[in-house]
Amino acid sequence: MADIYLDNNATTQCDAKVVEAMLPYFLEQFGNPSSIHSFGAGVGRAVSKARKQIQSLLGAAHDSEIILTSCGTESDNTAILSALKCFPNRKEIITTTVEHPAILALCTQLEKEDYVIHRLGVDSKGCLDLEEYERLLTPNVAIVSVMWANNETGTLFPVEEMSEMAHAAGVQFHTDAVQAVGKIPIDLKKTKIDMLSVSGHKLHAPKGIGVLYLKRGARFRPLLRGGHQERGRRAGTENAASVVGLGKACELAQEHIEFENIQVKALRDRLEQGILSQVPNCFVTGNPDNRLPNTANIAFEYIEGEGILMLLNKAGIAASSGSACTSGSLEPSHVMRAMSIPYTAAHGTIRFSLSRYNTQTEIDRVISAVPPIVAELRRLSPYWGESGPVTEPERAFAPVYG
Amino acid sequence: MWDYSDKVKEHFFQPRNVGALEGANGVGDVGSISCGDALRLSLKVNPETEIIEDARFQTFGCGSAIASSSALTEIIKGLSIEDALKVTNDDIADFLDGLPPEKMHCSVMGREALQAAIANFKGEEWADDHEEGALVCKCFAVDEKLIEGLVRAHNLHTVQEVTNYTKAGGGCCACHEGIEEILMRVMAERGEIFDADSAPAIVEPEPLPIAAKARGGMTTVQRIRRIEAVIESIRPNLRMDGGDAELVEVDGATIYVKMTGACSGCGMASMTIGGIQQRLMEELGEFIKVVPAEKMPQEPRRTAHG
Repeated sequence: MADIYLDNNATTQCDAKVVEAMLPYFLEQFGNPSSIHSFGAGVGRAVSKARKQIQSLLGAAHDSEIILTSCGTESDNTAILSALKCFPNRKEIITTTVEHPAILALCTQLEKEDYVIHRLGVDSKGCLDLEEYERLLTPNVAIVSVMWANNETGTLFPVEEMSEMAHAAGVQFHTDAVQAVGKIPIDLKKTKIDMLSVSGHKLHAPKGIGVLYLKRGARFRPLLRGGHQERGRRAGTENAASVVGLGKACELAQEHIEFENIQVKALRDRLEQGILSQVPNCFVTGNPDNRLPNTANIAFEYIEGEGILMLLNKAGIAASSGSACTSGSLEPSHVMRAMSIPYTAAHGTIRFSLSRYNTQTEIDRVISAVPPIVAELRRLSPYWGESGPVTEPERAFAPVYG
Repeated sequence: MWDYSDKVKEHFFQPRNVGALEGANGVGDVGSISCGDALRLSLKVNPETEIIEDARFQTFGCGSAIASSSALTEIIKGLSIEDALKVTNDDIADFLDGLPPEKMHCSVMGREALQAAIANFKGEEWADDHEEGALVCKCFAVDEKLIEGLVRAHNLHTVQEVTNYTKAGGGCCACHEGIEEILMRVMAERGEIFDADSAPAIVEPEPLPIAAKARGGMTTVQRIRRIEAVIESIRPNLRMDGGDAELVEVDGATIYVKMTGACSGCGMASMTIGGIQQRLMEELGEFIKVVPAEKMPQEPRRTAHG
């Protein structure tokens, strides 16, 4: 039996049509798109076509608003550092506690360089307090950066509304949309979003290609200077084959957006219900009423995620976890902690993230595989008794340096 | 996913001695639920002979925490409590054919659970001196708290000094930014400013002769000289801790090193060997394994002739 891949928020399989579209750009059309000769001209046309395909998926008003980069992280860093250069007198940044490290680690570094970072907290469902946000929007703020969809829980933030608020306060607004693009409909020309990050490998394009959308007229300073590529806003010879691949992937994502929000969502719901109805002491994290159609994040209480992943892997199922151990850090996922999920549950969170390639047969196999795995690990757990958690678990087992 | 040994996987997938122990007379609960690893060890000790007749565990933790717990119970069953107390975290890690540096703390937790359970059997209170920080140096498994403590205690100013005291930063050097940050913070507390120009003076082995590179490899003599040069560059750090290392034998991809002085029997010896191995691999550009000299095969290898 083939293994089942439910870790699509980490990365996705390249679509076969994407690979097919890319292949001529390695051996035949290998020219530099900037060159005049025939080796380059075709490549230049292919890059232009891809740019239009990307523009179409994002609903951008102009294809010149698409800046090709190497990855989502580069787009995120470029956006924030650009705003700091454009507005040297503004020393504050607004973001959230649950962003991806591509934003958070940069902000932590900027804090050391004397910038003030406001990190908006979230409630137990992972939702923001917009009144607090409104209060923080002052002329001292250089940029707001808020993710569109959370990578761990899939919870959506109201970035369209938040960009309107930032715009009204005269502050640039950036959103890390690497998880949202291709999964939910986006129409940037109707928003006040100034900048938006895309990562190719999250939507069946290859790794190593990304996009920074930059609204026409928004002030900008490049991160990489050099050649005239991307109209001087991101120097460096284009990763032509990957750009072509991303273009094709965007076209396919646009064709499948309805499928994603009906069929993939139905499979996700089936998986979630199947697990919740069979396994005691587990719950969905994040906001079940407002999230990506492909993501289910379930906390299994009193056991630890790495063990679950190893047993799932043995059963041929790939997922991911928010436990400390899977990342080698000393704390469980910052997203789970931000939602005040207790440690005994935060370490046992498992993210199942689907794609349009998953089938109902696969989902049913996962539904029957999960309950015995959880039961096996609970058999080892000091918090678990014969048929349920021990009475007053936190008191019954209180380890020395706890 | 972690690169776990087959032994770790075996003890995770088929853990031994699981569950609560009926009639246990020594119980140790250790670990930290915030870090996500905690362990209850239950012992049944014969009060007459002080022999551990049975041992069981219950663990909330990752694969290596469960495997370390399982290994621990297998190691100590049948031992006297006196002998059991001699079991080190390295014994647990060795039993499992090694653990990744980030996971060594799982074996430390096993040893602490053992101490706590035996203290409980004796009716004593077990005090824990455990303080764990984020891992800074992966080559030598040195955490933030240890570096911070030594920077304070010995008034350290440079990355090189930190390397001399802790070995941290003496391997791949990727953690130097992290070490500098600790220096900046602690030095600021005592009213000093970290000097960014005090760049670490890294002892580099002599570069390969161009001729050898051109031939696409080294002669056996050049290779051994290079191995010696790398070990030589690490020795000053080991000597700071009262230890030392010497090259004993090179057998293909296996390099036997003798750890002496404070290094022999030191709880961190296997980490040190891991660090030497890392440096050697980087310098030689090939996969090699560093093995303690005492594990060298006793009989000389015989080659069949005709």
